[in-house]
Amino acid sequence: MRRADKAPMATAWDYAPAPESRDIVRLQERYGLFIGGKFVEPLSGERYTTIDPAREEPLSEVAQANKADVDRAVKSARGAFDGTWSKLRPSERAKYLFRIARILQERAREFAVLESLNGGKPIRESRDVDVPLAAAHFFYYAGWADKLEYAFPNRKPRPIGVAAQIIPWNFPLLMLAWKIAPALAAGNTVVLKPAETTPLSALLFCDVLRQAELPPGVVNIITGDGRTGAEMVAHPGVDKIAFTGSTEVGKAIQRTLAGTGKRLTLELGGKAANIIFDDAPLDQAVEGIINGIYFNQGHVCCAGSRLLVQESIYEATIAKLKRRMRTLRVGDPLDKNTDVGAINSKQQLDKIAALVQSGVDEGAEIYQPPCKLPERGYWFVPTVFTNVAQSYRIAQEEIFGPVLSVLTFRTPDEAIEKANNTPYGLSAGVWTEKGSRILAMAQKLRAGVIWANTYNRFDPASPFGGYKESGFGREGGRHGLEAYVALDDA
Amino acid sequence: MATAPALPGGFELPLEPRLPRLGSVDAVALEERADVLSKRSIKRESKLFALDLAIRMMDLTTLEGADTPGKVAALSSKGIRPDPGDLAIPSVAAICVYPNLVPFALERTKGTDVKVASVATAFPSGQSPLQVKLDETKWVVEAGAQEVDMVIDRGAFLSGRYAQVYDEVVRVKEICGSRAHLKVIIETGELGTYDNVRRASLLAIAGGADFIKTSTGKAATNATLPVALCMLEVIRDVHEETGRVVGMKVAGGIRQSKQAVQFLVQVHETLGLAWLTPDRYRIGASTLLNDMLMQIHKERTGRYQNPDYFTID
Repeated sequence: MRRADKAPMATAWDYAPAPESRDIVRLQERYGLFIGGKFVEPLSGERYTTIDPAREEPLSEVAQANKADVDRAVKSARGAFDGTWSKLRPSERAKYLFRIARILQERAREFAVLESLNGGKPIRESRDVDVPLAAAHFFYYAGWADKLEYAFPNRKPRPIGVAAQIIPWNFPLLMLAWKIAPALAAGNTVVLKPAETTPLSALLFCDVLRQAELPPGVVNIITGDGRTGAEMVAHPGVDKIAFTGSTEVGKAIQRTLAGTGKRLTLELGGKAANIIFDDAPLDQAVEGIINGIYFNQGHVCCAGSRLLVQESIYEATIAKLKRRMRTLRVGDPLDKNTDVGAINSKQQLDKIAALVQSGVDEGAEIYQPPCKLPERGYWFVPTVFTNVAQSYRIAQEEIFGPVLSVLTFRTPDEAIEKANNTPYGLSAGVWTEKGSRILAMAQKLRAGVIWANTYNRFDPASPFGGYKESGFGREGGRHGLEAYVALDDA
Repeated sequence: MATAPALPGGFELPLEPRLPRLGSVDAVALEERADVLSKRSIKRESKLFALDLAIRMMDLTTLEGADTPGKVAALSSKGIRPDPGDLAIPSVAAICVYPNLVPFALERTKGTDVKVASVATAFPSGQSPLQVKLDETKWVVEAGAQEVDMVIDRGAFLSGRYAQVYDEVVRVKEICGSRAHLKVIIETGELGTYDNVRRASLLAIAGGADFIKTSTGKAATNATLPVALCMLEVIRDVHEETGRVVGMKVAGGIRQSKQAVQFLVQVHETLGLAWLTPDRYRIGASTLLNDMLMQIHKERTGRYQNPDYFTID
């Protein structure tokens, strides 16, 4: 028996490192371009290194596709469209999608580890959010493939042709699924380019396509930076462009496409308001604030980056928020206990740092919890700004990092006015116990997605997309099919 | 100072934006948070730390109709020295029994740090006249129990007679005084909503509870992770506004070390280190102890031992 007075007093309970093993992922030293169902050497002859942002270590060499490579990929997609895919019975297309979904589930751990390795996001998120949702998207659209007439009553839907899809680095595999699943379900073929910094999960996905025995050329995956994307947009053989990324690039794409007749959907930036009313369940609202802005290091286009708190509960909310921030675990993305991982790239880190500096310079009050960051890699401490005026850059511009700006409001009308006072309109959050108020707010907020008493929740059946400078077109749900079908009168 | 005009009973003038206001709880978000915390991966030395702590926090319990002096004596010995072969294993916090068994538990634990807790107030239903409940409390306190685990009257609570619930806690607390520590069981499995859990917790605390406790262990659902988190948040609100420290006890259905560790992670990330002590947190359980011993042994040696090497009491 040990006497109580000899019992150790707890001074700290540091969780031992619990890293997910990276052995499950086998990377090749170099990757080609996935065109016509196999990896080919890039005609450009150029390659660049993709890294692990948490360790600044090289992971692999990937190809930088040029104009000739893009042409090759588009021709391959066109050939597959004319030759097989558009002629296949819709129920057969569904089978391939189901197969892809199941293989993604079977290889979930491998994809989760790779996603965290190449992107810097915590394994908890890639394991519980990114990969399961990606599989769910394939399952969901597999179901639509042979029911398109029911999605568009009294119309005769037919596929458009070749879709060029350009996706961002924040959810590499999930965005791939959002793009590829509806395109294939509707009978189109695809040329997809993952983001420059996060190509590896898309390249591993090529192996899933091989396992699923998808006909060659139906999905082509090419890698490269913005130049490759520009070539894809400009290619005359492409019928449809789907882009997710920055508003700046989105505008450039739209300019390029003017007059070409190519279809376009854009999912761009956001500066969402997360609105907390005084009757909200406060502890849960604080969880919603945390999840809204620190999920995926704030690299989320629909992040709740502007917190609007009703003045009567402002102090209580901020006190709870700061205390909660002190429990955030920042560090190794592969550790199962990590809440906030690494910033995706040096470039992004610099951008975040510059905007945070502007907030300090403009007079906002900054709070960052004490936090020990690893020496190597790209890191940014979770940050909150109070005393923010609507005119500050940190309240206007998309930071795309773990930085929250707090504003206050007095009445529901003022909340709506402030929430809508932005060039963006992607998402918003409302926290209140009053059901009627949720509905009233949802009617007046100009945002594509509005969450009530939750934040950053996604489901394949629910459409996602923006107003104003956040883009147009919807992804997910029945609406997500619209972008990939031409509708003739029945 | 101006006096407020007469208002209906129960109406409190909101003169200050006070916490803990009654507040509400969002079930989806609460369960999501509890789920995230339950997935923390606690390994090696951090696991040993948690297991050692959990044993020191344990109220080793037997609450059966078949309890006898012999059973209680055996349980007490087990609580004092959980593993005769390993003196580094600490004693549990308390032995928790029915009133009639209190004298036997006291006899066995005399001279040790292990306390004796007794359930009272017509445990587990609380459906008896107030005087009976008070007499029972008086009896166990005078018998020497250092801790009293009372139940609230859920019948009164669910029919909206909150004042009655509050009054009962106050009366029982009066009897306990400084002689015995009062834990108030709100029996979350019968309350139906997290809003009710929060309300009942606040009532118990207002009535003078030293600890609030999830369950009797006799209901269909017992201590769940979200319910415990909800109660910890009440304790946190009370502490932040008033500085008053209220303890927490989870009970019922906790049979595996992994569950105990999950509860401790919640405490750690909600109330912090200050609550990671037997003075402020208890785990009521009966079969959990042997699983912990087995896990501790496994952490140290890397191998699981045959259950026959751990005594059953």
